Amino acid sequence: MVKPQPPLKGLLKNMSIETFSSAEKQKQVWSLLETIVDPEVPVLTITDLGIVREVKYSESETEIVITPTYTGCPAMDIIAMHIKLALTEEGFKNIKITTVLSPAWTTDWMTEEGKRKLKEYGITPPNPRQQVCNNDLFMVNEAIQCPHCNSYHTHRVSEFGSTACKALYQCDDCQEPFDYFKCH
Amino acid sequence: MEKKIQTLASLKTPPKEGFKEAFVLHLADNVLILGQRNAEWCGHGPVLEQDIAITNISLDLIGQARNFYQYAATLINQSTHPSISATEDSLCYLRTEREFKNCLLVEQPNGDWAQTILKQFLFSNYQYLLYQQMQHHPDEQLAAIAAKALKEVTYHLRWSSEWVIRLGDGTEESHNRMLKAIDGLWCYREELFEPAAYELEAGIDISLIKNEALMKIKEVFDEAGLPVPVNTFMQTGGKEGKHTEYLGYILTELQYLQRTYPGAEW
Repeated sequence: MVKPQPPLKGLLKNMSIETFSSAEKQKQVWSLLETIVDPEVPVLTITDLGIVREVKYSESETEIVITPTYTGCPAMDIIAMHIKLALTEEGFKNIKITTVLSPAWTTDWMTEEGKRKLKEYGITPPNPRQQVCNNDLFMVNEAIQCPHCNSYHTHRVSEFGSTACKALYQCDDCQEPFDYFKCH
Repeated sequence: MEKKIQTLASLKTPPKEGFKEAFVLHLADNVLILGQRNAEWCGHGPVLEQDIAITNISLDLIGQARNFYQYAATLINQSTHPSISATEDSLCYLRTEREFKNCLLVEQPNGDWAQTILKQFLFSNYQYLLYQQMQHHPDEQLAAIAAKALKEVTYHLRWSSEWVIRLGDGTEESHNRMLKAIDGLWCYREELFEPAAYELEAGIDISLIKNEALMKIKEVFDEAGLPVPVNTFMQTGGKEGKHTEYLGYILTELQYLQRTYPGAEW
């Protein structure tokens, strides 16, 4: 039974902070962020949405870089608050939330897992980008799949829905109304 | 807190506003005032879906206004005057009518649905072309705000264009209402494309997009069966702070709370 000498213990501790602690902490921050949901589409986490752009961890500060989905999205303030709360609870200090606008968020950044969860929740996930987002008038030809019966026989009720990111559709087969997460 | 409620106008020797600050405030005021106007429709839209649409657009515009005001505040705080501490809130809630630089078009009353639609269409059409130009601006923040907002503006332009056609090419009643809307609003269109000194100095030449904008209006009006007015009188002044009587009423409502309870938060 040889007790380790105190100086050695101290050295090991310092080494661990220097070498893997930073990367570990960074990983821990990401996994915490993966638990924070969008307050308006609570089935999606903020990492599913692709709005967390970067995590910078240092001993003195943890910086989370986020980007808004839509310019006026009121959920951003709440999301920033939830990030701060979640990290504070885990003992992180000096948390800084930075909002960047460029490059502008696109639904292309939504994860496949996120799209799958959206559909399960009853919201049609965004189509691949090239299909819409243009200025042609009365664009009704875009095929939007009904999340309930999978029919493509649907029509747009309104370009704008209950939140900035969604449009209202109705299925012509099962007659159910549904939200479409707009390609953006 | 004391600093927060100080307005630029309340200073004995207000700092000279730089051209860039003026330009960013102009962009901010345009979208704030139109956003506020559109928000008046909340709960009053002709049908639920369109009530939601117009307030969604309002939200986008006010989001853009926040980005511009935040940037303007940064620029102002970086500049000369030590006693000034601008925030997005002080710029929105505590400037006077003459300090607002929005175009006259956006402050015009909503009137009926036709007037609201035409106002939004004329503005979105201008904004779409402006932001397309601005997304390549050497100032990174201006470029980023424009690139971000352009996607939303694309929706606004498409939505309002479709409504102009739907109303113009709809019933006799809706057609006549569109004609009346054109009569009332056309004289404010030109101002959008008359560059103010601060726009030119900021490296934006909006007169370049004037023809392109007019072509789009012609295209939509043609499909709607509406005439494009020619050689009519044009009213300007908003960009220099000379407004129609309507702006005062909008600001009274918009700024009431901060004026009455300075620094109030909730």
